[in-house]
Amino acid sequence: MFLEIKDLSVKIENKNILKGLNLNINKGEVHAIMGPNGCGKSTLANVLAGKEDYEILNGKINFKDNDLFDLNIEERAQEGMFLAFQYPVEIPGVNITPFLHSAINSKRKRMNEDEIDNLSFAKLLKSKASDLGINIDMLKRSVNTGFSGGEKKRYEILQMSILNPDLAILDETDSGLDIDALKIVTDGVNKLKTKDNSFLIITHYQKLLDYIKPDYVHVMVNGSIVKSGGSEIAVEIEKDGFQKFQ
Amino acid sequence: MNSETLNTLDSYSKNKYKYGFVTNIDNEKPKKGLNEDTIKFISLKKKEPDWMLQWRLKAFSKWKKMKEPKWANLNFPEIDYQDIYYYSAPKGFEKKPKDLSEVDPKLIETYNKLGIPLEEQKVLAGVAVDVVFDSVSVATTYKGELEKLGIIFCSIGEAIQKHPDLIKKYLGSVIPAGDHSFSALNSAVFTDGSFVYIPEGVKCPMELSTYFRINAENTGQFERTLIIADKGSYVSYLEGCTAPKRDDNQLHAANVELIALEDAEIKYSTVQNWYPGDEDGKGGIYNFVTKRGLCAGKNSKISWTQVETGSAITWKYPSCILKGDNSIGEFYSVAITNNFQQADTGTKMTHIGKNTKSKIISKGISLGKSQNTYRGEVSFLRKADKARNYTQCDSLLVGNRCGAHTVPYIDSKNNTAVIEHEASTSKINEDQLYYCRQRGLSHEEAVSLIVNGFCKQVLQELPMEFAVEAQKLVSISLEGSVG
Ligand SMILES: Nc1ncnc2c1ncn2[C@@H]1O[C@H](COP(=O)(O)OP(=O)(O)OP(=O)(O)O)[C@@H](O)[C@H]1O
Ligand SMILES: [Mg+2]
Repeated sequence: MFLEIKDLSVKIENKNILKGLNLNINKGEVHAIMGPNGCGKSTLANVLAGKEDYEILNGKINFKDNDLFDLNIEERAQEGMFLAFQYPVEIPGVNITPFLHSAINSKRKRMNEDEIDNLSFAKLLKSKASDLGINIDMLKRSVNTGFSGGEKKRYEILQMSILNPDLAILDETDSGLDIDALKIVTDGVNKLKTKDNSFLIITHYQKLLDYIKPDYVHVMVNGSIVKSGGSEIAVEIEKDGFQKFQ
Repeated sequence: MNSETLNTLDSYSKNKYKYGFVTNIDNEKPKKGLNEDTIKFISLKKKEPDWMLQWRLKAFSKWKKMKEPKWANLNFPEIDYQDIYYYSAPKGFEKKPKDLSEVDPKLIETYNKLGIPLEEQKVLAGVAVDVVFDSVSVATTYKGELEKLGIIFCSIGEAIQKHPDLIKKYLGSVIPAGDHSFSALNSAVFTDGSFVYIPEGVKCPMELSTYFRINAENTGQFERTLIIADKGSYVSYLEGCTAPKRDDNQLHAANVELIALEDAEIKYSTVQNWYPGDEDGKGGIYNFVTKRGLCAGKNSKISWTQVETGSAITWKYPSCILKGDNSIGEFYSVAITNNFQQADTGTKMTHIGKNTKSKIISKGISLGKSQNTYRGEVSFLRKADKARNYTQCDSLLVGNRCGAHTVPYIDSKNNTAVIEHEASTSKINEDQLYYCRQRGLSHEEAVSLIVNGFCKQVLQELPMEFAVEAQKLVSISLEGSVG
């Protein structure tokens, strides 16, 4: 099994957020999670990425034959986990080029691969950026600093396509994108998809799933997954909301 | 370190640089303590004219009546001035490492991280070599070029002998000997330092750096530097280097005076990386520096940029006196304190002329159990019509056992003055750290990246090649402090 979440319960500041959540993802699969605001979708994403604020009450997570809780944030990232944040943070004064360059090299180092040199990296970054319709001038700016909501999302996808993860978690990457950007971004995702990597896509809109075809759609309510199925579930939700799942 | 390689390098360099020998000029063992005899001894050794000796003695008599300034937020034991050598001990008397294998491996590691070449490492580490290559040859090549333009760049000692008129006119004109006890002390006993004179209308074509004259110096304990930019001239001066420097002398009290005449500009950049003491706060340099620039003429400009990462104690306020109308003073500072370091640093901008402008950008980073204080004074005198100041002070705390303090004083005697002040103190942002680590950067790399970003506004003021080194230095200064 590629990613296996078993009976996961998580609490933050005395509030139980995830309650006995189960989810299995195989290599090459695309999963979508939909659910009302505050049901715990981002919490799940952050627990997977290793954010330290949460208290794990119960459960196990297996990722690529590792006990995920044995790995810290950067080790998970280096093992191929990528989280496109719902709200990417601004890092003033830090340029994307050296930032991503160090990131890709730390991953390569863990995989015992050779580091990529400055020049090749700059080329790679430029070509991926132009694929995603990102202006070269934006590469000169500080990470996320002063970016519009949509620009930040594109930037996340740019980073994803550079780091080429095994498991990409997209937390509402479609929110805030105009229709053209949505096409470009989903195109980026589809290009990256192979039979060896997997996606976990958190979204509120069925629209996204028109562009990225999920193998499974899960409904999350109040900290656990209450229903799983195919794309038809997304259509149902779009029509009737979450009422009947609660 | 392979000592055979070093030997080869040695003999190679000996053949190549015939001027590369630093002769041991002094075999007399100097005495500890400060009195008139010490000063006479120094003056004699430096073969100074009598007026210089009298100047020193006058400063000394002032010093005797003075007490150390006590307003800084610093804690250190009383300095015993009678327990100090005032004329640097000739190198032969010190116990020196014979080669790099005898040097603290930690230091060597840092040199390597900074990418400092082997032969320079030896000089910096104080290895007993009698050859300094590159610096000497570089100096001689450049010297010729500078001479053609009429630029004078030499040691202060040489200037006292060869350019007495300039020295008499300007030495102590910006920092009077009696300013405070450390300036009086420096005036009495200074032994090393640089002198620069840029003639009217000349733009100095290269960065002038103390590094070029490294062999002429005993990395001075009481350095004295004087830079004069005549009308319409420009110079950029670089002090120090990014490599950590060890020195047996605990007390350092340098004085730096800058004078910019009409339409002239001086850019002075410093990277200070003296030994900060160990993880437990033992040892380290006490650095009491006085730096002051006078914008004497109309439209002149003086800009100080400093990156302060070393020393156990840093007490330093590079200042500008904005006397000429429309003159500009700038101060850009990064001060990093780690472990038990203490820094009390900032600037003083004194607006005297009309339309004078000053800008202060200060970035303080505290780690470990260190204390970091920004202290600044901006004053507007009665005639400073329409003068302006912009001050931005940001402090960043890494961990919760360190301290950051901001002490701004403003004094305005002219109601047309415009003052803008922004200040912030923040802890290193956990969300930023999380973001970086999620991309695969280690905790330490993430901190270093974020701190470098925080300092960028200042680092980008440094000359290009230096800025890159300074970034590495910032990262190294943060090491071992996070987690
Ligand atoms: N640091 C925190 N302290 C207290 N409560 C928190 C914290 N972080 C999240 N929560 C709470 O946990 C719940 C789940 O939040 P989460 O961000 O996972 O929701 P979500 O499903 O992603 O919602 P949305 O669709 O709005 O993005 C919310 O009620 C939120 O207020
Ligand atoms: Mg969310």
